[in-house]
This record gives sequence, C-alpha cells and structure tokens, in this order.
Amino acid sequence: MQRLIIALISGLIFGAGLVISEMVNPVKVQNFLDPFGNWDASLAFVMGGAVAVTLFTTHFIMKRKTPLFSDRFYMAVKTSIDRRLILGASLFGIGWGLSGYCPGPGIINAMINPSEAMVFLPALIIGGWIGQRYSA
Amino acid sequence: MLEAFPIQPLIGGILIGISAALLLAFNGRIAGISGILYNLLFNPLSSSESGWRIAFLLGLLGGGYLMLPAAFELRNGYSPILLVVSGLAVGIGTRIGNGCTSGHGVCGIGSMAGRSIAATVTFVATGIITVTVLRSFMA
Repeated sequence: MQRLIIALISGLIFGAGLVISEMVNPVKVQNFLDPFGNWDASLAFVMGGAVAVTLFTTHFIMKRKTPLFSDRFYMAVKTSIDRRLILGASLFGIGWGLSGYCPGPGIINAMINPSEAMVFLPALIIGGWIGQRYSA
Repeated sequence: MLEAFPIQPLIGGILIGISAALLLAFNGRIAGISGILYNLLFNPLSSSESGWRIAFLLGLLGGGYLMLPAAFELRNGYSPILLVVSGLAVGIGTRIGNGCTSGHGVCGIGSMAGRSIAATVTFVATGIITVTVLRSFMA
C-alpha cells in the first residue's frame, strides 16, 4: 500500500512538472529542437533542473543497501552501448521531432489536446508493441 | 534574443527530478514513463507489479490536471500522418532503446549511466535533424 502511495505522489509531481515546464506544448518542444531556426532554448532548463536533482539525490540514495519501502533497487541491467540502443534512440528522436511529443507529454495531452492525442497515443502503443516483438 | 529567465521550465524540471528521486528512494524504481507504460500493457505476467504502474500513471494525469489549463495556444490542424508516424517511431524507438526522455534523459543521466548519456545525445541529435528537415519542407 505504501508503495502505491509513493508511486501516486511521484506521478502527481511528475505530471505537474511536465505541465508547469511547458514540456506538454509540442510546438515549444519542436522550437527547442530547432537551433538553426526558431530556437527556444528554455526547455534545456527542464532537463537541466531535473538532472541537477537526480545527480545529487541518486548519489546518496544508492549508498543505501535497499530502498525504504522495497527489497531492492530495480536498476537497468545493461551497461553496453550497442546498436539496438543507438537505433532505438535514433528512431525515438525522429518521432519526437515529427510531433513534439515524447511519451509523458503525449499521455497528458489526452486532457489538453485530445484531437492530437487520440491519434498519437494509439500509434505510440502499437509502436511499443512492435518494438516489444522485435525485442523478444 | 533576450528573454526573461525561464523560471517555469526550471521549476518544472526540478519537480520532475524530485519525482524520480522519490520513486527511487522509496520504491527502488526508475521513473521512466515509456517503460512503465509498456510493462503495464505488454507484460501482464508481472501483475503484482501493475499496481504501482497504474498508480504512477493516474498520478501523472492527476498532477497534469491540477496544473491546467495549460497556458499556451493549442496547435490546430497538424498532419495526422505526421502524428501517426511520430507515435510509431516513438513507440518502437523507446521500446528497443529501453527508454525515453524520462528514463534515459532524467534518471539514467542522474545515475551517470553511459548508455543513457549515449541515448540522450542520440535522440536529441536526431530530433534536431528531424525538426530542421521538417521545417525546411513546411516553409
């Protein structure tokens, strides 16, 4: 139960952060990805602010043997930079640029711009399913 | 181009970082949205793990809802073909690349994972190339 409450609170803060930062505005995201044109550098502060917090906190959190409410840390097991990673990240970046949506802002746009989200989100899920089959 | 200091992006980013830190410190989990979504949808065998994923996604929607209305003009009449191709590419890419902006960009870089740094540099680079090419065609 306590883990569910933490997950809910974590999601609440994450969702609030995505809206406050305007990461949910796909035009602003595309402007961030347009340094040779109509560049809006302000979204660099979103990742900058988030990474500043996680760099600092992760260092201290990982000094513990276990999390506070769980038996272990579920960290990524892979460490090698392989072709799949680079291919996947490349495809993701192309998709991100084409619409200005990454998964979190895409989900929240179900409430902001449903006419776009009802096209983007099913395609995202089908894409994830295709990627899953390719992974298996 | 002088603008006011982007305080809202900074505050939003710090909130996202705090969210990821909470989930890691208490539950030992990575706040990677693509992974949370796909594991919920496609790995139902781990049903004991579905509860927290549902709670996180409900929270994500709720937290977003509390901050609405968003203070920007909605995009209108964007190409549905671009939206479909975009969704497919984001879906396939984040699945085979094991993460998106949150998992690699925020959590992975926060733990100084080489894979996440490589992934983030890659998706920002291909994102820039894509928008540059797209806008040169739309202009």
